[in-house]
Amino acid sequence: MPDFCGIPLAHPVINASGTYDAIAARRVFGDELLESFPFSAFVSKTITPEPRAGNKPQRIWETPAGMINSIGLPNKGLEGFLAEDLPQLAELPVPLIVSVMATNREDFSRMVDGAAVRDEVAAIELNVSCPNVHSGLIVGENPAETEALLDALRPLTEKPLIVKLTPNVANPEAVALAAEEGGADAVSLINTLKASAIDPVTREPALAAGHGGLSGPAVRPIALQQLRTVTAVTEIPAIGMGGISSGADAAEFLAAGATLVAVGTESFRDPNAGPRIANELETGVYQASSRL
Amino acid sequence: MTAPFGRRLCEVAGNEATGGYRIFSLLDREGSAPEPGQFYMLASANGWGEGGGRPYLPRAISVAETAPAKDGVRLDFLVEGVGPGTDRLCELETGEGVWVTGPLGNSFSTPKQVNPDAAGAILVGGGIGIAPMAIWRRHLVERGIPLRVLLGFRNEKHSGGLNELFCAGETLCPDVRLATEDGHAGHQGYVTDLLVTMLAGDDAGSAVVYSCGPPAMLEAVRALCAEHDVACELAMESPMACGFGACFGCAVAKPGGGYMRLCVDGPVVRGDAVAEVAHA
Repeated sequence: MPDFCGIPLAHPVINASGTYDAIAARRVFGDELLESFPFSAFVSKTITPEPRAGNKPQRIWETPAGMINSIGLPNKGLEGFLAEDLPQLAELPVPLIVSVMATNREDFSRMVDGAAVRDEVAAIELNVSCPNVHSGLIVGENPAETEALLDALRPLTEKPLIVKLTPNVANPEAVALAAEEGGADAVSLINTLKASAIDPVTREPALAAGHGGLSGPAVRPIALQQLRTVTAVTEIPAIGMGGISSGADAAEFLAAGATLVAVGTESFRDPNAGPRIANELETGVYQASSRL
Repeated sequence: MTAPFGRRLCEVAGNEATGGYRIFSLLDREGSAPEPGQFYMLASANGWGEGGGRPYLPRAISVAETAPAKDGVRLDFLVEGVGPGTDRLCELETGEGVWVTGPLGNSFSTPKQVNPDAAGAILVGGGIGIAPMAIWRRHLVERGIPLRVLLGFRNEKHSGGLNELFCAGETLCPDVRLATEDGHAGHQGYVTDLLVTMLAGDDAGSAVVYSCGPPAMLEAVRALCAEHDVACELAMESPMACGFGACFGCAVAKPGGGYMRLCVDGPVVRGDAVAEVAHA
């Protein structure tokens, strides 16, 4: 039974933020979802200070062994989330991790404060793949910005703070170290890789936002290498993710130093992928990868 | 009625050519019978995503017809091969496995649920979008609700399904009228030409329009109904990775701003609940 930052979990498979809406899934599948909940902890979609409608369609694009998305973080905002969504998520039979994002430290503090005071929340994930409006720098691409953010947020709560690392940097381990230095309890990686698709006929971008983030098995070898470099230099636990779709994939990430693994895009193909992967991991029923 | 949680393996019970389309059937031993308008996420068990490449994501396919079968429910789907996923579904062979999630989404409302004064229904289907019109037509006929069905196709190559889905014996059901852009059958022109004529009639105001088809056609239907103050329900399509509210890919703009997720808020949407049916 894995222990993650003092939180006992039934197995090492959780979901990646933004890839599972447990409230919508319960509407579709009924209470069977709760009786056999697919993850050992649930990570919410990223919440922002104010409500967001999300990006204009087209939002998703299938690619070889994956997909690009530019969803745009639609959410109800902090107040709406706390009032409407959190009570429903509290009915899930697993610990709840709330993902938050803001574009300045004051707002980020408000997000962490708002989530941390709620007993339903076991841990908080910081989505730092966004600009600091004051510096213009993407927080998660810059070690100094990341450490400064953690310096501001760490005193606000004793609950575990997880920093979600972006893969769109040359040295993710530098950002991971900065997060650890700032007092983060864990890191999670990878977020999606910047990607685009262009319609060859119209020569226009396939996605309305122009570009998006790549996920799915296509990114798995990249994720694995980033995880290796990060776990080589940090002491804090890591949640590994990026294209995991089987127990064998999960085993690779655990071997690379992850404490937990997260499943994202595979859940789109198989809503109940989590238990299948956890079971394959536990029984070790997977084949060594072939070189042929 | 909720869908069984997760995906399940169903067996292909048949796959036949019908014009330029295919109709394949699955035997579903676990799910309940789908309601008209609902859809399934489908991916073949073999030749789908493993080893990389496309297709990778399951495809959202509306159910065309269903019937009780030994040990379960038979599900019929009308497909046209237009890309790697639908091409693979067109190749399905009897006995092979298909991963199925569903039935998903909402279903059509009866005319009186939409408008208490409504006396009948006008169904407008275009191309592969005739599929949900078929199961909905049968339900309406079984309830004794008067209806007219208008079906349109681009040309002979891009048509099919009439014999299997809209025929009584050898002939087209008497309530069905056709339009084809190449004039190979029925009225030469758009199916919306037929709708224009019908909406100009005296009793049009007492009908509810139901439609499924390509986005440009759906937008024309939506605009015509708005113009004639006739309520309509549109079975829409949108890029969809998951079908159960997880991916947020299938956003459709609402009139007052913001978006709905077509998989959980649709796929059947009232004409006045969408800003416009986006089309190229």
